[in-house]
Amino acid sequence: MAKIPKKLDEDPNTTGHEWDGIEEFDNPMPRWWLWTFYATIVWAVGYSIAYPAWPGIKAATPGLLGWSTRGNVAEDIARVNAANDGINAKLAAAELTSIPTDPELAGYAASAGSAVFKTWCAQCHGSGAAGAKGYPNLLDNDWLWGGSIEEIHTTISHGIRNEEDADARYSEMPAFGEILERQEIKQVVNYVMSLSGTPKDATLVAAGKGVFLDNCAACHMEDATGDRDQGAPNLKDAIWLYGGDYDTLTNTVTYSRYGVMPAWSDRLSEAQVRAVSAYVHQLGGGE
Amino acid sequence: MGILQKHQILERNVTLLAIFAFLVVTIGGIVQIAPLFWLENTIEEVEGMRPYSPLELTGRDIYVREGCYTCHSQMIRPMRDEVERYGHYSLAAESQYDHPFQWGSKRTGPDLARVGGRYSDDWHVDHLRNPQSVVPESIMPKYGFLEDRMIDGEHVQDLLKTHRMVGVPYTDEMIENAAADFMVQIDPYGDYDAMVERYPGAQVRNFDRAPGVSEMDALVAYLQMLGTLVDFSTFTPVASR
Repeated sequence: MAKIPKKLDEDPNTTGHEWDGIEEFDNPMPRWWLWTFYATIVWAVGYSIAYPAWPGIKAATPGLLGWSTRGNVAEDIARVNAANDGINAKLAAAELTSIPTDPELAGYAASAGSAVFKTWCAQCHGSGAAGAKGYPNLLDNDWLWGGSIEEIHTTISHGIRNEEDADARYSEMPAFGEILERQEIKQVVNYVMSLSGTPKDATLVAAGKGVFLDNCAACHMEDATGDRDQGAPNLKDAIWLYGGDYDTLTNTVTYSRYGVMPAWSDRLSEAQVRAVSAYVHQLGGGE
Repeated sequence: MGILQKHQILERNVTLLAIFAFLVVTIGGIVQIAPLFWLENTIEEVEGMRPYSPLELTGRDIYVREGCYTCHSQMIRPMRDEVERYGHYSLAAESQYDHPFQWGSKRTGPDLARVGGRYSDDWHVDHLRNPQSVVPESIMPKYGFLEDRMIDGEHVQDLLKTHRMVGVPYTDEMIENAAADFMVQIDPYGDYDAMVERYPGAQVRNFDRAPGVSEMDALVAYLQMLGTLVDFSTFTPVASR
């Protein structure tokens, strides 16, 4: 036989609810909990006075502390700018060629330029600046538009073949698929391959030289060493932007290439452009 | 009978409890949401904003369809590190024609609010085909199939109408010319003047440099205009906002 629980002698202070003989205690909240709750209410009142909170007809109350997200970020940027203003002004005013030899500027430009490079340049040129197919390697001695710090600075400031900057470097290789016969393209591709390696079909090289001199030498020069004024690559150095194999070269000659680089002078400050120019210049290939 | 005792009436009547709970939630919602519609510092008119061109809007639909927003946000927060990395912090007005907005809440990839013009079209095509070919560290999947999916703007007029229905100020003229504007934006030899007049700042190029309009064209057109409409050299932020 089940034990019948003994009824308590004194009133256990219940809520008065009862379901099938089960009653509910009406115990008070723990005191620490209750006081914490009251404290949060008091805090909320103070908070809504100190910070922007209550909506009105035109604007919300601004809060006594005058807090503003935009103000905060502007202040934060101003603080960092103020700390770097001296060196940035010096960098922006310095003779470009003197930056690599000035230890103070060179050191600053290398680390500031590295930060700029990793943020804005690494997506195309790679985080180690080794480039990718279609995006030049910046570590080697091969430059399309010149590897002196001035030339690098111009390239970064205005970009290449973009539509946003009127001073962008510009040149356009014709698509020779519309100009040359297929056989001529085969010949010239074999000739170009022979300049730095082994052609696919050595019997076409001699004829290819003629095609090259008639069609390509105006930009790539008679000796095929290229022309930096036109961004025409050196074809003798076995360094390829898109690839030096037969199929890729045929594709390049037939359809041409049109690599675009954005202009950075309106996205970055002059000091930042100079820092990243100096950074790229000191990577190994700078002239 | 004190007020606490009256509360028992609610506790003991489930229908009444539901009605009053709904009322409380409604009041809370109104207090938080409604002021945003009239407070001046939440609605900032910004020069340069315009509705998306038909091609850009189609690209935006592809962006949403492919779930780009699950890894990429489109909101540069007002913090110095974000401003240094991505550019000027985003303004509310810059997503005023977004339905739905693409702010996002998580970044596996970088923020895209100002990706427009930051890379070349070729880079976008290379990168969408095979992200690792240009960014070896990337874990983004490949989207090369977009190049093979040709689109003709057949439904773009309805798309614009739908957006007008939810408040984007497309004019009758814009809707009438939707299909033509769609096609002409990838044709630099076409008659695109009227389109550019309707959508100032629209970029006209063959974005993927392949014949015809593919989903790749539309997506790259959208990416290349993101964050480019407001001219921040003439924009002065009001500090109170």
